[in-house]
Formats: sequence, structure tokens, C-alpha cells
Amino acid sequence: MSSATPSEAIGAGGEAPDVERWRADFPILGRRVGGAALSYLDNAATTQKPRQVLAAMQRFYEASYGSVARGVHQLSAEATQQYEAARARVAAFLGAASPEEIVFVRGTTEAANLVAWSFARPRLQPGDEILVTELEHHSNVVPWQMVCEERGARLAVVPVDGSGEVDPGEFARRLGPQTKLAAFAHVSNALGTILPVAELVRLARAAGVPTFVDGAQSAPHMAVDVGLLGCDFFAFSGHKLYGPTGIGALYGRRERLAAMPPWQGGGGMIRSVSFERTTYDDPPRRFEAGTPAAAEAIGLAAAIDYLQTVGWPAIERHEDDLVATAIAGLESIPGLRLIGRPRARAGVVSFVLDGIHAHDLGTVLDHYGVAVRAGHHCAQPLMRRFAVPATVRASFALYNTRAEVAALHAAIAGARSIFGLDGSGSGEGRR
Amino acid sequence: MNELQVLYQEVLLDHYRSPRNRGHLESVTGRAEGHNPLCGDRIAVEVEVEEGRLRNVAFEGSGCAISTASASLMTEAIAGLAEEEIAALFEQFRKAVTGDPAADLEPLGKLAVLCGVKDFPMRVKCATLAWHTLLAAMAGGGRVSTE
Repeated sequence: MSSATPSEAIGAGGEAPDVERWRADFPILGRRVGGAALSYLDNAATTQKPRQVLAAMQRFYEASYGSVARGVHQLSAEATQQYEAARARVAAFLGAASPEEIVFVRGTTEAANLVAWSFARPRLQPGDEILVTELEHHSNVVPWQMVCEERGARLAVVPVDGSGEVDPGEFARRLGPQTKLAAFAHVSNALGTILPVAELVRLARAAGVPTFVDGAQSAPHMAVDVGLLGCDFFAFSGHKLYGPTGIGALYGRRERLAAMPPWQGGGGMIRSVSFERTTYDDPPRRFEAGTPAAAEAIGLAAAIDYLQTVGWPAIERHEDDLVATAIAGLESIPGLRLIGRPRARAGVVSFVLDGIHAHDLGTVLDHYGVAVRAGHHCAQPLMRRFAVPATVRASFALYNTRAEVAALHAAIAGARSIFGLDGSGSGEGRR
Repeated sequence: MNELQVLYQEVLLDHYRSPRNRGHLESVTGRAEGHNPLCGDRIAVEVEVEEGRLRNVAFEGSGCAISTASASLMTEAIAGLAEEEIAALFEQFRKAVTGDPAADLEPLGKLAVLCGVKDFPMRVKCATLAWHTLLAAMAGGGRVSTE
């Protein structure tokens, strides 16, 4: 994705022709931080919401709100219809074979926990392994670790190379009869690396190993087709995809979900209950105990509609331009080191700066209105791999502009001045 | 000067680049490790306490400018003080960096350069990490976390 150079994508110096129109859909982008215009470059953490999403949720609450799948009255029927339409929308978005393969969850984290407890845990024996990579977000490590600890199993880890990539050969070498699941990111939240997911899945399937793909960072940036990927499970979060918080989706291959016991018990997931015995509903309802987050599911469907109205080609072209422009400017800053140089990258640039800790840099950038993430990005093993305590991460969305990338570069220059690193003499830039 | 320039003033940057009392003590009566999970800052403080009075203190670790300078300035400010004097000083320091109007800046001396932190609530934990770790070390040791 990052192969396009800035000049290929867009005329030199100019903004993408549609970006101002897209920006107008996001009310928050007009606000200021302190005295500066907001440059929101923390999109890998969470994205802002377009009016279309907010309006869809408000419309639901004002016109059709009722309990999903529980009443015979009109509002309950409308709420159920809209909730299930949202499920179908997600299924189509991911290329799932049917809506029954989509379980609504709170987000990617909950999806991993669901698969860990309902799918992995019953299959694990002492000595078994769950295979992950070194670049995983903690949410694609800890749930597996928890069930492994309980069952006497362990995590096996595929190393990341110096450019921030995962070598399929290293992955394949660690697959074996002891491997009960392979779980890996589609895109690294800390580095932006696009993993060769289809190839990893193919290798795992050849070894008879089921796969869980953490799509939290890929779903907002590229078309995903779970049929083409061939994975058993795929999860993403609504809030990173211009949708509301508290909603996400787990895709599970039909026969996998059908063979899994419930995860949480409660209303909505049963067929019949007596004090002697309860029988459970079919997937996906089996995994959705309690009143579902219907407004959020409807908001997520609206976010998907929004994304598809803009269209993947325009989004990818624009975001690749932003990433390439950001990297070109960062590389010219003395003492700045990019962490990870993957060949294929989506939406994320991570770096450290000699003489200024990431946390201080984050504070200075914020003063310039530039919102970035400074820290370990919930990927502490990866930070250890690159021997840095923390990095600064700029991450992009469809509404970002070259002007915001320039603001990032200018803010870093300001930080170097404040820290006396710009050759102007210690403290010169502070007066 | 704007808030940012007040925060990152020269005294603070000097202690960040050239921390004082960094390293280990020969004679250690207490050692503690502190961790700020939000930003990954880690610090270890060693103390030599004799008859209720701090004889020597040293620290090591990796952190941002604020946590490193705060640790360095702290080791200078507390040298030779009695334990209760250190606790009282920390109380005033804590008030100053959290913007408490009741803070008494007089006893803080050079520590007052960290007052700029009060305009950056997300960074208060960076400024207090060394102190919490110090108190744990003087209490005999252990681990502290700002979370």
C-alpha cells in the first residue's frame, strides 16, 4: 500500500481533491487545541465520527428504539430488523458467507477473549501451544496467555525482523501438532506493517491449525475478504473504523462457531431454560448474552456505509500519500529514527528522536495541536524487540491532510528547538 | 514564556541531560523500583538511611525529561534530611505540581522548576514517580506503580 509516492498520488504540494469534503462530515475536526488548530493523528487508537454515524444512531433512538429480539411490539420489531440489517452489513463488508458468521462484540479485545475462552480453552492440553507474533497488541497476547496458563499450555512466538516484518518461514517453522491456534495481526498497530495474512493462513491450514486474525488496524484501511484470507476468525473494532465505541464484530467460520460452547450466559442466547437444563441458541445469538448494543451496531453499519461511499481506492490512495509524505519529512529530521521499515505499510508511522523522550515529544506536539500517541502502544514485547521504551506514533485516517502532516513536522522542529537540539544554542528557541 | 517553555526550562533540561546522583550506593538500606505504565518510565531508587536521616541516595532508570529531572532534583533536595522532613517536602512538592493553591513554594528551592507540570495534568505522574519510589525505598523497599 505504501508504494505510491506523493507525486504519483496527488499533484505536488496539493491536497487530495476530496479531502475537504470528507472533513466537513466530521464536526470535531473544526475544534482547536489551546491556540492551535487540531491535527488529529491518533487514528490507530480511535477515529473520529462522521455526522452520518451520529445521525443514524440518533434516528434509531428517536424513531425505532426498542428491545432487540424480545418483544412482539412494533418498536421491538423495528429494532430487531435494524440490528440484524447491521449484522448483514458487517457480513457483506467482510465477505462472510452469511450474517450468521458475524457475532457482535464490544470490540476486537472482546472478540479475542471470546475465541480464547470458547474455542481455544476446551482444546488446550498441557504442552500445547498458541502461536502469536512478536508484534501483537497486548489484546492478542493476554487472552491466549490466560487460557494457556489455566490449561498448562504456552505461547509460542514468531520473531519480528529488524524492518518490523514477520517472515512466513519463521511462522511455518513453529507450527506443529502442538499448535492449537495461530493468532496474529493483519496490520501492526505500533509499526503499520501489513502482515502476509493470506500466506500465514495458508501455512497454518496446511498444518491443520485454526487461525484468528486481529483486524483492528486493517479493517479501517483496506478491503477485507475473509473468504480470500481463508482464516477461521477475524475481528475488528467499530470505533477505529469511524463507528461508535462499544461495538465490534467477530467473524467466525460457520462450522467453527457451531461447534463452540457459549461464552457468557444470560438472556437472548438460549433456546429453553429450566433449572435442570438449558439449551442454547444457534450462533451468532449463542454468543450474544444480554441486551445487545443495538444503537452502536446500527452506528457501525452507518460507518461501513460511509467508508464504502468514499470508496477504498480513494481512501488507500490518500492515506498512502499521507504516510509517504510523513515519512519523507521525518527522514529529513536530524536524530529521528523510524521504528520499522516494512515494505507494505498501512496508516501508521512510528519513530523516536535522539535527545527527546517520546513522552516529552508527545506533550510538545500536543501544544502545537498535533495529537499523536506516545508510549508503548500496548505492544511492550515489540518495544523490547526494538530496544526502545516508547515511540511516538502518527496514524492517519481518510480525513487527514498534508497540512496536518506539515504541522507534525513543524511541531517536531519546535520540540528540537525547545530541547536545544536545533543548533541554535541551548534554550535559544525558548525565548 | 508560554506554558511549554515554563515546563521545559533550562534547569530541568540540564538535569535531564546530566542527572545528578545517578548510579548505585555502596551501602544500601532500602531499594525500590517505580514504574509508570502509561509511558513506560522505570526508575530504581537506593537509599542509605541512618538513625532516621537520609545519608545517601542514588537512582537509575530510563524516563522522560520530567521524570528524570525530577529524580535528579529530588536527590539533591533531600540529601541529609530526616525522614519526616522528606515526607513534608514531598507533600509541598505534590501540591505544587498538582496546582493546589495551598502549595508552599518556599521550601521547594530548585524543585520549584517542576511547578510547570501543573499545566500538564497528564504529566504529574512523571514528576512524582521518583518521590513515590523514594518513599517505598525508605520504607524498606518494594515496587510502586503510578497506575
